[in-house]
Amino acid sequence: MSILVNKDTKVIVQGLTGKTGTFHTEQALGYCGTQMVAGVTPGKGGSTWEGTLPDGTKATLPVFDTVAEARDRTGANASVVYVPPKAAGASIIEAIDAEMPLIVTITEGIPVLDMVKVKARLDRSASRLLGPNCPGVLTPGECKIGIMPGSIFRRGSVGIVSRSGTLTYEAVFQTTNEGLGQTTAVGIGGDPVKGTEFIDVLELFLADPETTSIVMIGEIGGSAEEAAAQFLKDEAKRGRVKPVVGFIAGRTAPPGRTMGHAGAVISGGKGGAEDKIAAMEAAGIVVSPSPAQLGRTLAERLKG
Amino acid sequence: MNIHEYQAKALLKGFGAPVAAGVPVFSAGEAEAAARSLPGPLWVVKSQIHAGGRGKGRFKEASAGDKGGVRLARSVDEVVKFAQEMLGSTLVTKQTGPAGKQVNRLYVEDGADIARELYCSLLVDRAVGRVAFVVSTEGGMDIETVAHDTPEKIVTVAIDPEAGVTAADVAAIVSALKLDGAATQDAETLFPLLYRAFVDKDMSLLEINPLIVLKDGHLRLLDAKVSFDGNALFRHPDVEALRDLTEEDDKEIEAHKHDLAYVALAGNIGCMVNGAGLAMATMDIIKLYGAEPANFLDVGGGASREKVTAAFKIITADPAVKGILINIFGGIMKCDVIAEGVIAAVREVGLKVPLVVRLEGTNVALGKKIIADSGLDVIAADDLDDAAQKIVAAVKGA
Repeated sequence: MSILVNKDTKVIVQGLTGKTGTFHTEQALGYCGTQMVAGVTPGKGGSTWEGTLPDGTKATLPVFDTVAEARDRTGANASVVYVPPKAAGASIIEAIDAEMPLIVTITEGIPVLDMVKVKARLDRSASRLLGPNCPGVLTPGECKIGIMPGSIFRRGSVGIVSRSGTLTYEAVFQTTNEGLGQTTAVGIGGDPVKGTEFIDVLELFLADPETTSIVMIGEIGGSAEEAAAQFLKDEAKRGRVKPVVGFIAGRTAPPGRTMGHAGAVISGGKGGAEDKIAAMEAAGIVVSPSPAQLGRTLAERLKG
Repeated sequence: MNIHEYQAKALLKGFGAPVAAGVPVFSAGEAEAAARSLPGPLWVVKSQIHAGGRGKGRFKEASAGDKGGVRLARSVDEVVKFAQEMLGSTLVTKQTGPAGKQVNRLYVEDGADIARELYCSLLVDRAVGRVAFVVSTEGGMDIETVAHDTPEKIVTVAIDPEAGVTAADVAAIVSALKLDGAATQDAETLFPLLYRAFVDKDMSLLEINPLIVLKDGHLRLLDAKVSFDGNALFRHPDVEALRDLTEEDDKEIEAHKHDLAYVALAGNIGCMVNGAGLAMATMDIIKLYGAEPANFLDVGGGASREKVTAAFKIITADPAVKGILINIFGGIMKCDVIAEGVIAAVREVGLKVPLVVRLEGTNVALGKKIIADSGLDVIAADDLDDAAQKIVAAVKGA
């Protein structure tokens, strides 16, 4: 098994007709037959999107004006959002209102107060939102939503969850090189207000029988890593335990400065790396001091 | 993006917030005119820099006197004397670092009769995904100290974005701040208007420290610190116009123009990385192997050759940089594009310090070949550990 997405996931693309949406839809179509079924661009409903897959074959997708129409006509159960930041908040709300079960938002730079509005709407819905400002989610051999490079994946047993895109790739690449492979890799995104937190994904990985170990990559800012550590501690008391290796980026970041990701900032004396690492270690997570040692650390942990 | 106290107060006054009368000044002459335009008999002369802790800060220059960056004057002559001392001098506070910041603007403000000092801020509480008031009866002090020593004295009231500030929210704040009489009346308008200002202007922080109760029982904003969400500036040209570029690092301004995320740091190894998490991790690993990063730099997911060249120029313009580490995990970004960008940049700018390049991901073989064939003196690295060790060794050996 895997979590969140598999070969039955049918995906629509909000912002398909833009440059980014087009490129990544071509990549996704080229990845193990991911079911990309339609696009949504207001005002372009009725037109046909044409793309070229990485292997040179041509593909077309129908374009609809609204998410609701695209869902009704295609049976899609997931949406990926590439809409530019100014309009992305409204696009996510449209997907929530259309009762899309999974919404993956890649867009970086959405105003945080737009996300506050999204979050209020999301909390009263049954939709799950990944991101924003995330690389997406990928189940090797089955489904790729977002911008992760498919070539570094290999089907296996490690669940990966991360606030950072490129560090997700590091973890994927290293676990592939160690021969472990992945069940699913999930980017939750680098923004301060987001749809899915570590705890939500860890719960899914604990419940997934195919996932036998987990890599969790956090960074400075907020207290989601501490909350996740407490969650794993509490679950362990109930007998739900899987080996977890972690990493926290930003040990050397100065307080008060935003480090690229809008959410990566130590403010008011809170959100520093050392507190997070201490909380994770107290929960039995092996925290690697080097981002280059994630795979090896996990392999050694699994050997016992 | 940050603005000065006087700008923050003018902005909040526009929403109806009670602030003292005051005038921003750039010279001693202007300070005198400002003081005469205010009623007295008490004036406050406040340094306008983008850093907190001004009152407890000290000037580097002996000519600025031994008082702090916020001074109480009892005559117009004293206002002028303070302005002469402070303008052009370098104020060092807890937040400026040892280099301090030059004071180029002052705010001359009418004095206040203070009965109590309180703390009030608004921010986005990420744990609940809502805007929240953070209030405390312990005003006028460093709130981090209060949070550390007496966390029970800090109360957080999160606001439902669909309901706005309700009567119950105001009551909770009033109770937490132990307000009574006229202050309770003031609270009914003040807290909703602060929330409105925060939301309307896409602020990321609005901090009033202290919020004071005057001797007549009314509330007033004695200080105001406002930061804005950089991602929302596109809908606030009026806010963008308040930007004071003299408060920002030149390299950071240049990086901003090229849409590069850059933060200047104190070390000597320049870094160019794709992705914010990997960029932080690269800084961390440099430190792990015993050196210090000179900067954080994320070239982003879809960096072009031009962007890589701009990034390289910014890094090499820093005289502190004694070595450069380029670390790219190409997902969307192709390694050959990065390699070409790096080579173009080196040819244009020249290379006077050791350069280590680690490439991984899409088109990695091609990228490595382009660098190897370039004939440039670039040290290739296989993984991040290898790269960090090589650049630290090269810098220490130099």
